[in-house]
Amino acid sequence: MSSANDSSASDRTGGAPLLKVEGLRKSFFGVEVLKGVSFALEAGKALGVIGENGSGKSTTMNIINGLLPPSAGTMAIDGRPYAPANSKEAARAGIAFIHQELNLFENLSIAENLALQAFPKKLRWLPQIDKGQMRTRAAELLRRVDLDLSPDMLVNRLAPGERQLVEIAKALSGEARIIVFDEPTTSLTSREAERLFALVAQLKARGLGVIYISHILEDVLRLCDDVVTLRDGTMVDNRPAASVTTGHLIESMLGRPIAELFPPRSAAGPRRDVALDVRGLTQPGIVHDLTFRVLRGEIVGLAGLMGSGRSETARILFGLDPALSGTVAVNDTVIAERSPRACMAAGMAFLTEDRRGDGLLLPEGVLTNVELARLADLRANAVAPIPQAMLDRNASEAARSVRIKAHDLVRQPVLSLSGGNQQKVVLAKWLLREPAVFILDEPTRGIDVGAKAEIYGLVRQLAERGTGVLVISSEVEELLGICDRVLTMAHGEIVAGFTWPALDRAAILRAAMQRQEGAA
Amino acid sequence: MWRFLRRLLTSEYLVLLLTALYVLCLWPFAPEIVSAQTALEVIMAMLPLLLLAIGQTFVLIVAGIDLSITSTMAFSSVVAAALMTGDGGYLAGSPLAVPVALVAFLLIGLAVGYANGLCVVRFGMPSFMVTLVAQTFLSGAAIWFTSLHSTSVSIGDLPAAFSVIGRGGVAGIPYALLLCLVVAFAAHWLLSRTTLGRWLYAVGNNPRAATVSGVPTGRVIIIAFVLAGLCAALASIVYTSRLETGTPVLGQRVLLDVIGAAVIGGVSLFGGRGKISWVILGVLFLSVVDKGLQLLGLSQSIVFAVKGGVILLAAIIDALRSRILVRVAA
Repeated sequence: MSSANDSSASDRTGGAPLLKVEGLRKSFFGVEVLKGVSFALEAGKALGVIGENGSGKSTTMNIINGLLPPSAGTMAIDGRPYAPANSKEAARAGIAFIHQELNLFENLSIAENLALQAFPKKLRWLPQIDKGQMRTRAAELLRRVDLDLSPDMLVNRLAPGERQLVEIAKALSGEARIIVFDEPTTSLTSREAERLFALVAQLKARGLGVIYISHILEDVLRLCDDVVTLRDGTMVDNRPAASVTTGHLIESMLGRPIAELFPPRSAAGPRRDVALDVRGLTQPGIVHDLTFRVLRGEIVGLAGLMGSGRSETARILFGLDPALSGTVAVNDTVIAERSPRACMAAGMAFLTEDRRGDGLLLPEGVLTNVELARLADLRANAVAPIPQAMLDRNASEAARSVRIKAHDLVRQPVLSLSGGNQQKVVLAKWLLREPAVFILDEPTRGIDVGAKAEIYGLVRQLAERGTGVLVISSEVEELLGICDRVLTMAHGEIVAGFTWPALDRAAILRAAMQRQEGAA
Repeated sequence: MWRFLRRLLTSEYLVLLLTALYVLCLWPFAPEIVSAQTALEVIMAMLPLLLLAIGQTFVLIVAGIDLSITSTMAFSSVVAAALMTGDGGYLAGSPLAVPVALVAFLLIGLAVGYANGLCVVRFGMPSFMVTLVAQTFLSGAAIWFTSLHSTSVSIGDLPAAFSVIGRGGVAGIPYALLLCLVVAFAAHWLLSRTTLGRWLYAVGNNPRAATVSGVPTGRVIIIAFVLAGLCAALASIVYTSRLETGTPVLGQRVLLDVIGAAVIGGVSLFGGRGKISWVILGVLFLSVVDKGLQLLGLSQSIVFAVKGGVILLAAIIDALRSRILVRVAA
């Protein structure tokens, strides 16, 4: 495989870009979803691709990866026509994909994962794997991505960031020349992300081409040399990253200027009464002596690095995980035995960080999903009939109020909705219960800018109606934008608190990092 | 044409259509297949199978499987028979014999279902394993229990008041049919109209999301297994009274039929999908196939082979169907 690549590199026509895409179009059932996308990627450069969900990013990438044939348009690698029939051919042509959901086998070791395409054998005719050679090669590849781990380690013991690096090592083992990253930082801590960025720079320096897809525009601007913006299947912008700001990018993605990504803070400010009162919450090794309050109408942010205990705190508050000691009270009533049911009865709601894993019934329709959490309140006993008509009416209303875009609220499975709309379904589910305390864990992860702004608006509206809101996020900008108060966690403790307007990005991050480093 | 085929494949009534087609194909070779007598026989054969399949459906919906239903039948059959048999039964001759025996059937079904559900929920064991063990345990126990009470392989001489259940009827409608109708309606209502029904589907679809949304996931799973156990007990009552004998080999061969019928009807083995009306059609289809093959005069072994093939075919169609549904939705 590598020799084929060398020869193709040598008869490279002078000055032709590494990858050139011209006039790419794609139609599904007569509907054009891609209306002419053209760009070029030079060796040693990085190209950012941005756009809202449904703008055609995935379709474009699927065409490049050979999963879909284009309806029209051409692609060329090194000036030679490139028309992959499947992803195998794409890999052979030197294109590697690092997907949002990583494609590693968790039950196998790093070395085995890296060798999976072609296991080295001792004898050609005997299917016995040459483990020594496999290990040496793996060690070499791990060195190239600066990952200091034993090749024998099982993948399920690796942190998300480390898995990503293994995935990149796998791409390098196939002698990839173009690496496509699809939302690579969604599950990484900020430090892991930094490491990834350094590696991307290294890949560029080594002459590889990088395509970087992300909703986090700051990262795109920082890493990429050029940025392509897609909107409704059309390429609306393609220019050097140095000449644009995130403001420009958002505008060209949405097709209109967004006045404010974040809703204005209410003039009145939070009320006096306490919605959520947490005292001395402790679970050894996870959280230590958490004491804080959320007032009615207040939005409190929980900042911290991954592993600082943010998400764990939310799960403990909602009764999904146990705590050794401490109390949680909603509207001055202590919840005696915390379970999701008891917490819901007390007026809590919880939007989880993994909306597909524990937020949604994917094959079901919007209404069924929205109604699920309401069922527990309705019943006198579980075998009493459901007031279906009323429930449907309320659920459709909730769906409308959060502006879910679906062509059929009953029959269309939420599986087929975009990430933003899926998140709105989860929101609607909890809004239907008029929660007194709403905990949101990473409410805008993997969601495009337009939907983000809408969700921020909804959260603010909810607070204005008197709900106490606790937002957990790894995007500090998000917390700065919507919170009245931000608490920073590190190593399971609250180490700092900031109140608007004195929210300071640097101070929040410093608080989150320092303790982590000190303890490590 | 392709469109028509797609509509046909995704239709809920595909199974009914296949049944009609099958009858039509067999008509020239076995004209008796279209007759009131055959229809009645098919319905009578369907009834206990349907009870079992309805119970199984609850468990399949929560993404489990219950392999212990036939052994539950066998075990409850011999225990209840030992209670009421005229040949040295515990309550021989007592007017309470039949009511107590009926309670015994149901209690055994309930206890087995509860134990199955508890093991699945508390210890996180796969239901396949739990119920397979229960199956082995109960069939062994049934044989051992029979040997304590009878020198033969079964316990006969059951009171007439008991065998009426399987053979008698009111206004020409067999009691068994009435029982079946009541159970089917109750199950349908439970699944489509109640909170518990919604919870069953939610747990089968995504237990984590269900828990976060306040569904008492563990309790719902236990209830599903209890319902399966109770349905097995009811089926056992029907079978035992028809045979007028308590036997430890009761229903040994119907397990695949039950699961097959549910899958043919369209109940998903992966949980979260299934309706009672589908199950009825699935059971109807299998019973008609069975009857048709008998009418053709084929030997029992060939009947088994053909039925196995049909169930496999149904499973393949089911897989195709879900794939098409996904494509339609996307």
